[in-house]
Amino acid sequence: MIQLQDYLVLGALLFALGVAGIFINRKNAIVLLMSIELILLAVNINFIGFSYFLQDLAGQVFVFFILTVAAAESAIGLAILVVLFRNRGTINVGDLDSMKG
Amino acid sequence: MQLVIFYIFAAVLLFAATMVITSKNPVHAAMFLVLAFFNAAAVWLLAQAEFLGIALVLVYVGAVMVLFLFVVMMLDINLAPLREGFTRYLPIGGAVALVMILEMVLVVSARQLPAAAAVGTLPENNTKALGSVLYTTYLYPFELAACLLLVAIIAAILLTHRRRGGTRHQDPAKQVRVRKADRLRIVKVPAEPRVDSSAAGAQQTETK
Repeated sequence: MIQLQDYLVLGALLFALGVAGIFINRKNAIVLLMSIELILLAVNINFIGFSYFLQDLAGQVFVFFILTVAAAESAIGLAILVVLFRNRGTINVGDLDSMKG
Repeated sequence: MQLVIFYIFAAVLLFAATMVITSKNPVHAAMFLVLAFFNAAAVWLLAQAEFLGIALVLVYVGAVMVLFLFVVMMLDINLAPLREGFTRYLPIGGAVALVMILEMVLVVSARQLPAAAAVGTLPENNTKALGSVLYTTYLYPFELAACLLLVAIIAAILLTHRRRGGTRHQDPAKQVRVRKADRLRIVKVPAEPRVDSSAAGAQQTETK
């Protein structure tokens, strides 16, 4: 039988992987966006797990809204990335220092 | 049996997530993210969230990841400078991740979580139940989400839209401002004197 702990530990591991991805890929903006997707997926797994074990539909509704927000976020993030590449010729986060004092 | 299936899908999910953050090529990373979403959808199906599992595959694998792949392949990226600092930040990234995992596992396994404190039972028809809740109790957040998506569409189009020289397009303000006098000119043409048709025919035959 699957326990609630299984879902929570899976969510924790996935969340930690996403955070580690942000740390080790801090130059590549595309992989940064993918790491954010992983983090949101981990949160969603937690919600689904609680929804199942508390037998409450509210968790799934929240996952629905998180999916909406995540889709909008990645669409705008990628649009910004395209504009950035068009203007600067790079997506290296380290090169984006034009506002540095 | 369910537990074995859960562990298989969880293991593939974690492997795919690891490959997403460590693979050299962003295209490979995107494909592994697709694999991760598929396995996450399977894990959700095990938790009776059928609608969301299918929605994850349709929306994420079908739309968002295609968008990712499109952008990755459209941008001509020099990969070498993006990889520098990978080994430098690997220890701190791994340490932070390890600490977080340890803390969360400690919290989760510290005491028996209220698995028995179910507030009700999930309905049989997941999609129908979700829809009926979404259009009644959560109607206002639902409409806000719709507005958010609309804003995202407009923002994405506006950000990436670019005016090229040489294209022809309409200027609605100019079109509205136009007056009759700008477009229509009435010219008085003096009437020609009437020519007899039989005489004209005779002239034509003469010229021939």
